[in-house]
Amino acid sequence: MRVLNRLGLALGLLAATVMAHAGPALDGIQEKQATNWHAIIMFLLFVALTMGITYWAAGRTKSTSDFYTAGGGITGFQNGLAIAGDYMSAATLLGLSAMVYGQGYDGYIYMLAFFAGWPIILFLMAERLRNLGRFTFSDITAYRLDQGSVRTMAAISSLTVVCFYLLAQMVGAGQLIKLLFGLEYTVAIFAVGILMMVYVIFGGMVATTWVQIIKACMLLVGGTLVAILAMSRFGFSYSNVVQQATAVHKLGPKLMYPGSLLADPVTAISLGLGLMFGTAGLPHILMRFFTVTNAKEARKSVLYASGFVSYFFNVIFLLGLTGIIIVGQNASFFEGGKIGGKLIGGGNMVAMHLAKAVGGNLLLGFLAAVAFATILAVVSGLALAGASAISHDLYARVIMKGKASETTEIKVSRIAVICLGFIAIVLGILFEKQNIAFMVGLAFGVAAAANFPVLILSMYWKGLTTRGALWGGYGGLVSAVVFVVLSKSVWVDVIGRKAALFPYGQPAIFAMPIAFLLAFIFSKIDGSERAKQEIEAFEDQYVRGQTGFGAASATTKH
Amino acid sequence: MSSEMYEHMRNNPKFVKLVTKRGRFAWTLAFIVLGMFYGFVLLVAFRPALLGRPIWQGSMVTIGVAFELFMFIFFWLLTALYVKKANGEFDELTQDLIKDAWKENK
Repeated sequence: MRVLNRLGLALGLLAATVMAHAGPALDGIQEKQATNWHAIIMFLLFVALTMGITYWAAGRTKSTSDFYTAGGGITGFQNGLAIAGDYMSAATLLGLSAMVYGQGYDGYIYMLAFFAGWPIILFLMAERLRNLGRFTFSDITAYRLDQGSVRTMAAISSLTVVCFYLLAQMVGAGQLIKLLFGLEYTVAIFAVGILMMVYVIFGGMVATTWVQIIKACMLLVGGTLVAILAMSRFGFSYSNVVQQATAVHKLGPKLMYPGSLLADPVTAISLGLGLMFGTAGLPHILMRFFTVTNAKEARKSVLYASGFVSYFFNVIFLLGLTGIIIVGQNASFFEGGKIGGKLIGGGNMVAMHLAKAVGGNLLLGFLAAVAFATILAVVSGLALAGASAISHDLYARVIMKGKASETTEIKVSRIAVICLGFIAIVLGILFEKQNIAFMVGLAFGVAAAANFPVLILSMYWKGLTTRGALWGGYGGLVSAVVFVVLSKSVWVDVIGRKAALFPYGQPAIFAMPIAFLLAFIFSKIDGSERAKQEIEAFEDQYVRGQTGFGAASATTKH
Repeated sequence: MSSEMYEHMRNNPKFVKLVTKRGRFAWTLAFIVLGMFYGFVLLVAFRPALLGRPIWQGSMVTIGVAFELFMFIFFWLLTALYVKKANGEFDELTQDLIKDAWKENK
């Protein structure tokens, strides 16, 4: 194992150095970007630090519980930071600041929708999640239902969410790194994939959590620093910023009005539902609730996480607004030096250009390194969630029916990480030129329609039976996927048809009721003997969910 | 063993008290958040002009921004309130309940 660890670390460092050297060989003509040494050095420091942590974590990763949930020994504060880290991906920093830059107030509305799920998760789910679950959220859905079929269903929808989210992150990562670091797309994809595999395989949840914590701190510090520097140009006055921004923006005073993004009510509500309940169905977020000691710490983690997320979203709002003036009025950030034209590197680069404008190359380098670190941390969390669905749910519980030894289960998990890593690398390369905007939406849609309804019903509704759970879960999965495929983002933008068959971009408002309804109907008409036992078993589950008695703990094993 | 313990707890009036009190508290907070959030979403959809108005004449702060900032802070304060109550009062009640069940189980 020690030898393996060293090998893994060497591999990780190698990947990082190869990237550093591969820079100048870039042959891109259109987006030729000078190799950014500030960024690369800071990123290498991050890699070195996290590799050190992975090495340390590897020595502590012995049991399945260590591997999946860091032995359940993470504190509420640490977990809060890690959840915030999982939630604030590079897309959040870059995409949302760009949205404010382009659409003004609409971006802020989006952020509230992203945030509002957290209080709900705390009030209705956190406690029961921690009290009933152990490694994956299927532990809860399959608690009193048929292990084999329900876990298979939950694993399939988990993997669907993980794969789409992972792919979206990979393609985004490749393009971002190409731009920020001046590296080739393929090199960037391999670097992300290999580093991710090293973190997860050797360090399991302990390393993944610490990578996430470090990155969350970097992100908070970096974002705050840019915001402070940018605001100092306006005497720290919000009014000054808005006055000047509305004066120069093409939307004018409409900048601060809800705009085209959420024009029709169905889209607005569907988006709200999808973001809110999608969050409550993302496997890598749910998994974080099992890493803490007890329900007390689980609640605290949500408190800290939502504090950080809410703070950071407001920082991003300021980044976007100040960007309108500082970046939007500076010809050197536009292609061909034409103000109002295309931003160098594309629309998502607002936050990066802003960092450069207010803090020079050093701050740009730091923020670029943070963006890279962010992607790495998020894909690691995703890979671990995907691997646990394969090894814990499918292998240990469905195939081996609970008879697998811990050693083989961890081994299967590591193999699963390698497979997921390679799939991510290959698909990342294949999808380089594809429009991937729909993937994150699809991931949230499936999470909201396939994972969330069955999960919440299994915790709250006595009457849920295996048959109902299967219909609800598969029904939600299929309808979310079908709605997204028939919507504009796939049917028109990817497949190239003329008009979308499904007029809305957000599936949640339709797919969620379908899932709930199917689960309800098929549970009600299920008169089997098994259904009766499952309904009876709810009583004990209910007491455990409420009191935490018998919950998987940090020290005892079941 | 576990099943008997659960049986004891279920029959303890403290359990009913815990579940109803905490449940009512959690759902109240959840309804406040859901109500305000979806109310806001409906405003976005049906009365966008209202949200773009300044909070008072000549101010650069619009009603929409002020209301949203308020929700960011208020929702977070609600989570703090819930954590305080659940980790204090409700958890004490839970511990009591488990102790009682152990005693009965002997």
